[in-house]
Amino acid sequence: MNLSIKLPGLSIKNPIMPASGCFAFGKEFSQCYDLSELGAVIMKAATKEKRFGNGTPRVAETASGMLNAIGLQNPGVESIIRDEIPFLKEKGVPIMANVAGRTVEEYVCVTERISPYVDAIELNISCPNVKEGGVQFGTHPQLAGEVIEQVVQVSHVPVYVKLSPNVTDIVEMAIAASQAGASGLSMINTLTGMKIDPKTRTPVIANGTGGLSGAAIKPISIRMIHQVYQAVDLPIIGMGGIESAEDVLEYLLAGASAVAIGSANFKNPFICKEVIDHLPKTLERYGFSSVEQAIGGVHHEKAGSHLLRS
Amino acid sequence: MINELMSILSHEPLAEDTYRLVLHGKMVHEIKEPGQFVHIRMDGFYLRRPVSISDYDPLNETITLIYKVMGDGTEALTKQNHSLEVLGPLGQGFPIDQIHANHALLIGGGVGVPPLYSLAKQLRRKGVSVTSILGFRSKEEAFLLEDFEALGDVHITTENGTLGRCGRVTDVLSEMAGNCDMYFTCGPTAMLKAVANDLPDTPGFLSMEERMGCGIGACFACVVPSKDEKGYKRICCDGPVFRAEEVVL
Ligand SMILES: Cc1cc2nc3c(=O)[nH]c(=O)nc-3n(C[C@H](O)[C@H](O)[C@H](O)COP(=O)(O)OP(=O)(O)OC[C@H]3O[C@@H](n4cnc5c(N)ncnc54)[C@H](O)[C@@H]3O)c2cc1C
Ligand SMILES: Cc1cc2nc3c(=O)[nH]c(=O)nc-3n(C[C@H](O)[C@H](O)[C@H](O)COP(=O)(O)O)c2cc1C
Ligand code: FES
Repeated sequence: MNLSIKLPGLSIKNPIMPASGCFAFGKEFSQCYDLSELGAVIMKAATKEKRFGNGTPRVAETASGMLNAIGLQNPGVESIIRDEIPFLKEKGVPIMANVAGRTVEEYVCVTERISPYVDAIELNISCPNVKEGGVQFGTHPQLAGEVIEQVVQVSHVPVYVKLSPNVTDIVEMAIAASQAGASGLSMINTLTGMKIDPKTRTPVIANGTGGLSGAAIKPISIRMIHQVYQAVDLPIIGMGGIESAEDVLEYLLAGASAVAIGSANFKNPFICKEVIDHLPKTLERYGFSSVEQAIGGVHHEKAGSHLLRS
Repeated sequence: MINELMSILSHEPLAEDTYRLVLHGKMVHEIKEPGQFVHIRMDGFYLRRPVSISDYDPLNETITLIYKVMGDGTEALTKQNHSLEVLGPLGQGFPIDQIHANHALLIGGGVGVPPLYSLAKQLRRKGVSVTSILGFRSKEEAFLLEDFEALGDVHITTENGTLGRCGRVTDVLSEMAGNCDMYFTCGPTAMLKAVANDLPDTPGFLSMEERMGCGIGACFACVVPSKDEKGYKRICCDGPVFRAEEVVL
C-alpha cells in the first residue's frame, strides 16, 4: 500500500501528522513511539518573544471534545530554533513550523527566522484565544491577504495557511489565501466556544471563551474541506476530530491530501502511530490502493455509482 | 510511562463519596517515587482523569488509588469493576531518595491526603519521624486515619467539627511545626499557599492540582508560574510535586 504523498515542501511517507499545539515539540511523545514513523510534525505555535499564555484553567471537557485557551504559550522563536528543532531534525521527520503573531511585522519576523530550519510554514491566522492578531487576521479576507503576501515573500519554504472555521464563508478565505500566494491550506483551527459552571456561575475556562476541538467538530471540518476543495486548487491538510483510520479516509475523500491529529493525542498518546498502522488495511477495505487515489474521492464519484459500491 | 489495561482487584467505599481502587498490572514497576499520578481513560469522556497513586506494591504488582466523587467522571469511575485503561506513572513525585530530614510534617487536605500515604510509609522506612495533619470536611468524609496513626502522630481537623479540631489544617499548623525540619503538603491550592506562608523557613514540598489535557507535558494546560528564568512549570510533568520555593502560588 502506497501511503506516501508529495506536497509543496513536504515529501512524506504517510499522510499523518500531529496537529500544532497538541504535540509540543515532540519530546514527550518520543517516549511513546519513534517520531520518524510520522509523516511530519507540526510544531507548537512560535511567536517572536516567549509568551506565557492565559490564566488557568485552560481546558474544559465537552461532549465529544474539549475547549482550550492556552494562549499560544511558547518559548519564542529563537529558543525553538536553538532548543527544539535540533531534536526533531535528529529524528529525521519533516517539520512544519506554526507561526503566530500580533502584527504583520511579527508574522514576517518569525517566518524569516524560522523558515530556513523547517520544511514548511503553517501560518496561524486562526487562533481564537489571543486578544490581538490570530483570528483577527483569519476572519477578514483582506487582512489575511496582506499578512499572507508578506510572509510568503520572506519565507524560504512553502507557506500553508491555517484557516479559522469562525467565518460565514470559508471559501472566501480560501480564495484570499490562494490569491495571496499560499502553497497550501490547513483546515481547520478550533471553533470559539464556552462552558459555564453552574456551581460558580462563571465560565470554566479562565479566558472565558476557548477553542472547541475533537470529534465534535469533525463534520464541520469535513464540510468546509468539501467546499474549499471545489473552489481552490491548493493542497489541504485536514484536521478536526480525527481518531481513526476511517476518519482519515473521510478527510481524504472530502479533499484533504494529508491530515493532522490534535486533541486525540491527549486521550491516547499512541494515536498517531496506531492510525498509521491501521491506514493500509482501511484503504484496502474501501477499495483504494494508495492514499493518492482517495484524495477528493467524493468529488470524482459519478452519479449513481455509489449504488454499485454499497 | 505506559498505557495499560489494568485489572481491578478491589473497588470499595472508604468514606462518604470516597472510594479505594486497587489495580493490578506491570505499571507498578515504573513508579519512581511516591506522589506520581495516573491518567484514567473511560468510555464517554473525552479527557482522562488524573488521580494520585496513594500506595503501590511491586511484589504483588498493585497500585492503590483513593478518589472522591466530584462530577460525572469520578461518578462513572465508581461503576468500573473489571478493568481500567490507565496511563502512567506520570509526573515527578516526592524525591524520597534525596530527602534528608529527622522529623517530617505531612499536611493533607481532602483528596490531597492519598498521595501522602505512601510518602509517609517510605519516610518511616528511612527512619524519618512523621507527624500528620489531615483535614476533611466532616467525620463522614475522613479516611486513612488508622493507616497514618500507625506511622506517627496524627492531628485531624474537620470543617464542621464532627471529628478532631473544628477548623482547617492551618489552624493547628503553628502548634505542630516547631520540631519538624521539613514539610510535605497536598490539597487545594489555597491550602498549599496558606501552608507555605505559615512555614517560610522550613524546607517543604507541595503537590499541586490543575485541569489537564494531555497529562504528559505537551499541551501547556496545566502551568503554574515559577521563579526560574523559564517562568513556568507544567504540573503534569515538572510536578505535581514541587519544592515550595520553586512555584508562585
Ligand atoms: C495530579 C493530580 C492528582 C489528583 N489526585 C487525586 C486523588 O488522588 N484523588 C482524588 O479524588 N482526586 C484527585 N485529583 C482530582 C481529580 O482529578 C478530579 O477530582 C477529577 O478529575 C474530577 O473529575 P469529574 O469528572 O468527577 O469532575 P468534573 O468536574 O465533571 O470534571 C470536568 C473536567 O475537569 C477536570 N477536573 C475537575 N476537577 C479537577 C481537579 N481538582 N483537578 C484536576 N482536574 C479537575 C476533570 O478531569 C475533567 O476534565 C487529582 C488531580 C490532579 C491534577
Ligand atoms: C490544547 C490545544 C492547543 C492548540 N494550539 C494550537 C497552536 O498553537 N496553533 C495552531 O495553529 N493550532 C492549535 N490548536 C488547534 C489544533 O492544531 C487543531 O487545529 C484543532 O485542535 C482541531 O483538531 P483536533 O480536533 O484533532 O484537535 C490547538 C488545539 C488544542 C486542543
Ligand atoms: S496537561 Fe498537558 S502539559 Fe500538562
